[in-house]
Amino acid sequence: MATRTPELVKSGDFNVIGKRPIRHDGVDKVTGRAAYGADIFLPGMLYGKVLRSPHAHATIMSIDTSKAEAIPGVHAVVTYTDLPEPGEGMTELNESGEQATYFKAYNMLAREKVLYDGHAIAAVAATDPHIAEDAVRRIEVEYEHHPPIMNSQQAIDSNGVLLLPDIFTDTEGEIDAAPSNITKHVIYEEGDIEAGFAAADVVVDNEYETATVHQGYIETHNATARWHEDGTLEVWCSSQGQFGIRQELSDLLQMPVSRIKVTPMEIGGGFGGKTTIYIEILAALLSKKTDRPVKMTMDRAEVLKATGPTPGTWEKAKIGATKDGKITAAHVTLYFEAGAFPGSPLAPGCMTALSPYSLKNFRIDGYEVLVNKPHSHAYRAPGSTMSEFAVETAVDEICETLDMDPLKFRLLNASKEGDLRVDGPPFTRVGNIECLENIENSDHWRTRLEQSKEPHLKRGRGIASGFWMNGGGMSSAQGRLNPDGTVTLLEGSVDIGGTRTSVAMQLAEVLGIPVEDVNPIVPDTDSIGYTGVTGGSRVTYATGYAAHEAAHDMIRQMIDGIAGYWDAQPSDVHFEDGQFSSDGKSLSFKKAAKILDDEDVGILGTASVAPSQPGSTFSVQVADVEVDTETGKVQILRYTGTQDAGIAIYPPYVEGQLQGGIVQGIGWALNEEYFYDQDGRLRNASLLDYRMPTALDLPMIETIITEVPNPGHPYGVRGVGEVSIIPPPAAISNAIHDAVGVRMRELPMSPPKVQKAIAANGG
Amino acid sequence: MRGIKYAAPTSVEDAISVLAEYGDRARMLAGGTDLIVQVREWVRDIDVMVDAKGIPELTDISFDGDGAMTLGAAAPCVQIYEDQRVVDRYPGLIDAVSIIGGTAIQGRASVGGNLCNSGPAGDTIPPLIIYSASCNIAGPNGRRSVAVEEFCTGPGQNVMAPDELLVSMTLPAPEANSGAHYLRFIPRNEMDIAVVDAGANVTLDNGSIESARLALGAVAPTPLFVRDAGAAIEGKAPNEETYELAAAAAREAATPIDDMRGTVEYRIHMSGVLTVRALRGAVARAKGDEVSGH
Amino acid sequence: MATKLISGATLVTSVINGDEITFQCEPRDSLLDVLRETLNLTGAKEGCNNGNCGACNVIMDGTLVNSCCVLAVETEGSRISTIEGIATADGLHPIQTAYLENAALQCGVCTPGFIVSTKALLDKNPSPTEHEIRFWLAGNLCRCTGYDKIVRAVQDAAEKMQEA
Repeated sequence: MATRTPELVKSGDFNVIGKRPIRHDGVDKVTGRAAYGADIFLPGMLYGKVLRSPHAHATIMSIDTSKAEAIPGVHAVVTYTDLPEPGEGMTELNESGEQATYFKAYNMLAREKVLYDGHAIAAVAATDPHIAEDAVRRIEVEYEHHPPIMNSQQAIDSNGVLLLPDIFTDTEGEIDAAPSNITKHVIYEEGDIEAGFAAADVVVDNEYETATVHQGYIETHNATARWHEDGTLEVWCSSQGQFGIRQELSDLLQMPVSRIKVTPMEIGGGFGGKTTIYIEILAALLSKKTDRPVKMTMDRAEVLKATGPTPGTWEKAKIGATKDGKITAAHVTLYFEAGAFPGSPLAPGCMTALSPYSLKNFRIDGYEVLVNKPHSHAYRAPGSTMSEFAVETAVDEICETLDMDPLKFRLLNASKEGDLRVDGPPFTRVGNIECLENIENSDHWRTRLEQSKEPHLKRGRGIASGFWMNGGGMSSAQGRLNPDGTVTLLEGSVDIGGTRTSVAMQLAEVLGIPVEDVNPIVPDTDSIGYTGVTGGSRVTYATGYAAHEAAHDMIRQMIDGIAGYWDAQPSDVHFEDGQFSSDGKSLSFKKAAKILDDEDVGILGTASVAPSQPGSTFSVQVADVEVDTETGKVQILRYTGTQDAGIAIYPPYVEGQLQGGIVQGIGWALNEEYFYDQDGRLRNASLLDYRMPTALDLPMIETIITEVPNPGHPYGVRGVGEVSIIPPPAAISNAIHDAVGVRMRELPMSPPKVQKAIAANGG
Repeated sequence: MRGIKYAAPTSVEDAISVLAEYGDRARMLAGGTDLIVQVREWVRDIDVMVDAKGIPELTDISFDGDGAMTLGAAAPCVQIYEDQRVVDRYPGLIDAVSIIGGTAIQGRASVGGNLCNSGPAGDTIPPLIIYSASCNIAGPNGRRSVAVEEFCTGPGQNVMAPDELLVSMTLPAPEANSGAHYLRFIPRNEMDIAVVDAGANVTLDNGSIESARLALGAVAPTPLFVRDAGAAIEGKAPNEETYELAAAAAREAATPIDDMRGTVEYRIHMSGVLTVRALRGAVARAKGDEVSGH
Repeated sequence: MATKLISGATLVTSVINGDEITFQCEPRDSLLDVLRETLNLTGAKEGCNNGNCGACNVIMDGTLVNSCCVLAVETEGSRISTIEGIATADGLHPIQTAYLENAALQCGVCTPGFIVSTKALLDKNPSPTEHEIRFWLAGNLCRCTGYDKIVRAVQDAAEKMQEA
């Protein structure tokens, strides 16, 4: 699609964009009326529950469902035999590439083996959730146990223990002869790293680890399905995209998408984790078998055990620089735990690792390994928080060695328009330098950090950058003019955090009407054109683009109609500042709407777009921490982040994305981790022991919106959803080093680890 | 959740008769923040929940002529920390009840429930130990009293028979010139289970420590009364050197395990750190200074 | 007097958002189960079902509780306020308005619990400090906002309610 030059580049020139209206769905959400997936009730509905494996790695010898089926109130039990035999096809993993449909099916319902604690084995539908739960406990399964493989090193040195029998390492298209737990090895390289390291005055070379962490959305997964007698299927669920859910159901059920209707309910957070199905397919199978609607909801332990956390990693970063601070070479090696099945955000992890820097010589080796953990899935800027943690910590070590200001070092090496990205294409206009400058000029950076008067409390400051590509993809929007001049806007993107409004604002800007006159609606798959997932920071960019195009389509149709009414040529009718005019005559938008309605001219503007220049984005963040040297506990004292939003359409929610991503990154940095025992059982599958930050753990999060317009969007939008999660672990690790002189290279930087490092460093 | 029965007796005797009938298939229900969750998650297998909150004696807070407090076992945390009499007399207990769970948990969770759950990391147990509390237990054969440090016998286990119930805890009136402080270490700042917790109650006399009671949690199968730590500092000046003697005794007494909340090594280290901090707070309160509980 | 044991379905009467309501439940049903499944008051959300997230918070006899950790049979004779009872026919409560005006919600699923908790806070402490707000709300998890705008909304609501 043709690239437009931004129509207007300064937010001050807009009527609607850049303002702070109340979001359209706000009242329903503060009164408890908004209908999330679990809030649906259908006549005659049954309740479904899942039997999950308590073992990390075992062969299923037998499954006996007879006792469950005998319980009064139980209507059906399904296992993998109720799924059509998967063919050879592939299924989208959205931000994590794609996956063989066979493995998707295997993850939905275990086949030969169970491959992680929580792997679904069977599902029951009953008249009451308590009865369904009782029935699940009566299903008898016999297992033959295998040693669990719980991390990259065990996966590599597995002594012949394989999760799946037919995985052969794929190194850039070359397939190994022997089966392995390493699914693939990807390489990105440019220049000559050996020469680069030889030219360096300083080289740092260290290993890093990051724990498996979860997206932690507060709403658990849910799905309600009704299989009709005519063979069509309706599904209501909370997801990041109704069309992706429809496609996956179609792939697994082997039925045309036209026979499946997915209605997106309000969604209680996703962060990448709700771009795929889990219990949707089970509810559908149970509904088919019972001829009743079936509702399923996961509990929190199921969410943590059996959805898609982000990979744990083992990483190496070697970076060389000259004594005046220019990076000469970098070699990064990443091992990503895909979980029990192939498919992980390894590629984006590789592509972003070094992207804040302008490099001539680099190599990235990425390995994906299988472990007995749930199949990993996308989590906000998937893959990048891990890979950039290693690089941004290594960069700080270089600055320390060179005694150089880490911000000046980043400015000196900053990637900019025209530099080649790791994966090939050159950067378009990006705001890396502007983000660094905005931090350099911030009150936070310019205010000296005072030390505590308490001798055991040491304070330090750290900085880190992050880069994320942002996504494009297809989006659809329809604007329907009402007789009173208001507009009903159908747009295909599920709204997780205010995008109904950020999309409606772009339509309103074109039409010259208040955003309150737009009623944005997110319809089901039968009622709007295809729209990709709410992921990749793409909604305000791509769906906003569609709304912009739909609005222009409306204006074209209105001009035609008014030309007819005025007996003028359409080319003589102009639309500017909310007024239609021609030859001295003029009509407001509202009056035009009324006249067109009287004249029986219907206005329905539509657009399906796939804009191709999402506008990559950077974030730079600075953390002040206080380390209790006796306990190892790290408290965040002050935190400031900026990111390049392009033009901020809806600023309070741009700030909100920054703040939310930063706090998820802080949780990842300090306390969040999957804690498995030696048998591969998850020991902290609750929100008490999986420690996400609370309000009391944080200060206010200061935000600076950097605005470097994206030339690939009519209003200059980039995307703001993801990049902010990347810098916190490294910024905090660097701040801890500044405070107490120890390098934390393993996430989370929990109190026992920090205390141990301080003690090893001589207290 | 499995199917259960529910009883709401209005007297101790009626409660005991239900417990006597159902034995270990029945359990008293106070705030339910442990029990309901345990039964729902199939980690506690019972048939009957006997609601304690309809029995006046179990929810009262009263003081006798000597100033000793009798705290109903099922009185929720919120009732305790909103009672100015308790705030004035037992700040070391207030330290604990105001940080259990979050605000909504504190609306229901009780000290008696915490005690009967008998977790090694139960937040209210070290404060009860340092205040020399006794547990008032009723059963078919009448009533008996057990020193709180002898109440828990192992993780999730205690001295009560299945047909007994915990009615209340009695805390003697605090001594003149005494002060107490409880604190716990958690990775977050709230909503967490103690990695280690510690309490100290000291009585000062002419500028030295006349007596001291110290307790630790989460470092042994039960919350610990660390007698040696108190003995180590009696008669000594309340200073850092003295506190370090208590810390050494605390580290010696700790026999923790490795689990997801902390390692053996870390917990032993933290036993010392928290003992010192608890003593600092206790001494400050004994001198009449303000010490923030959270 | 022998205590009656309730087993299986039973009727319970309590006052919910000002209306006396009699509902049927089993002893194993939580207050949250009854609010959502029986009374269709779905504003209280299940985020964890064990008292660790605050999404189901309601006010019971003046005290903030996790409705997932209360048995429905325990509410006989109680007064319960849920998110659905906070706005009136005259419009939104100032706390709700403050959440909207301060963009203190993103996905919105934790929002009912936060608003109920905020109401319980401001009922007790009309002008809390930032620390008191953060401490009180530590039992309510939000994964979207980083809490900044929530804390500001509570401050804003407190100020406006003081002025009113």
